[in-house]
Amino acid sequence: MTAILDLWAALPDVVRSTAWILIVTVAVILSVAFTTLWERKVIGWMQLRKGPNRVGSIFGLLPGIFQPFADVIKLLLKEVVLPSAANKWLFRVAPAITLIPAFAAWAVMPLDPALVIADIDAGLLYVLSLTSVGVYGIILAGWATNSKYAFLGAMRSAAQIVAYEIAMGFALVGVVMAAGTLNLGDIVRAQEGGVSSWFFLWLFPLFVVYLIAGVAETNRAPFDVAEGESEIVAGFHVEYSGIAFALFFLAEYANMILISALTAVFFLGGWLSPFEGVLAADNALAQPGFHWLFLKLFFFLTCFMWYRATFPRYRYDQIMRLGWKVLIPVTLVWIAVAAVMVHFRVGPWSAN
Amino acid sequence: MLSQYLPALIFLGVASGLAAVLLLLGTGLGRWLARAPDDAEKRSSYECGFEAFEETRMKFDVRYYLVAILFIVFDLEIAFLFPWAVALDSIGGFGLISMGIFLGILVVGFIYEWKKGALEWD
Repeated sequence: MTAILDLWAALPDVVRSTAWILIVTVAVILSVAFTTLWERKVIGWMQLRKGPNRVGSIFGLLPGIFQPFADVIKLLLKEVVLPSAANKWLFRVAPAITLIPAFAAWAVMPLDPALVIADIDAGLLYVLSLTSVGVYGIILAGWATNSKYAFLGAMRSAAQIVAYEIAMGFALVGVVMAAGTLNLGDIVRAQEGGVSSWFFLWLFPLFVVYLIAGVAETNRAPFDVAEGESEIVAGFHVEYSGIAFALFFLAEYANMILISALTAVFFLGGWLSPFEGVLAADNALAQPGFHWLFLKLFFFLTCFMWYRATFPRYRYDQIMRLGWKVLIPVTLVWIAVAAVMVHFRVGPWSAN
Repeated sequence: MLSQYLPALIFLGVASGLAAVLLLLGTGLGRWLARAPDDAEKRSSYECGFEAFEETRMKFDVRYYLVAILFIVFDLEIAFLFPWAVALDSIGGFGLISMGIFLGILVVGFIYEWKKGALEWD
């Protein structure tokens, strides 16, 4: 074991980070696969159904566990129909443009106290710029398809994502003010010292705004008017089939996981332990680590499904009103409050 | 310093590779296994079974355009706020008051838009 670890440490940095990149990529793909299963199971239970329980029921254990793999194989084998009216090149490229940022944003995620794939000081700007690129894929898909449903879905989605991105950006300004850095690892470190110094407490309005904006940014229920299957069929991906559709699906779920992880990092102390300062420092539960990030991420991910099972879909004018007239004023006010708090060193910022 | 950005670049490459491989593999397999022969109806735009009445790329509501303009104003604002927020600890009261004035002007503009009805969707 030590020999392997020595060999690992002796490898050049580029090789090691490439290995981690491959591990994270595969992990995200697998997480997406099981998130789809988890979503169907959770919504099933909430509606007093069983959810998928046929594929992979081995002696009655974990029924439905292989459902995602069956879905993937089916989607891979389906024909990709290219509508004759579509702009061929854009039609093919759009799913890739949506998918790439959803994965590449993980490069700056602080996974563990000692593990960030790219420990860059502009980490938050990197995440923001990449997540903004994702919307181009949706707009291009809707435009290139040259179908009315797709076009309407793309227009709605673009205006909605743009409106909520402002609220999201303002909420993050508050986080940056509190942490004094754009490096995601340092943002987590700024929240050290137990639950009371996690930012969600001191920036509570911004935390709520970020949660809501995160749901709207990923086009999830109750803000899923861009897809709105009961009125515009499937929105921007109405003409996509087979693997091209699967890439949009993959990107949507990867974005959900990403937003959950980012919420945990910005507001719930990422990999920090909630028992820090409560239990003795040498207690195993008080140690920081990836498992805490995973638990927080999993909680927010399950919330996404909970919203979908609970809330009816918003009307489009209600979505825009919420974004512009509620979330943006709230964030503006709280930025001013937080700025004064930081300046006069009120709250957890008194130490530095 | 700049070398820290290399893994991010590699990650972008890996993600692009993943997307390309999946697209090529899926398109290839799909074409190979396709049962139904290609015909014009199958490749026509989906619109409830009717022939399309008009062009898809029609006029759309000007409010989408308005939202895009407002977005640029506010997004620039956020771009200004980020460096200020990082440096807030070291620029003291002067920084706080100047950003207060800057934000104040923006808020006045925001109230004006609100009163003008630029944010209404009916």
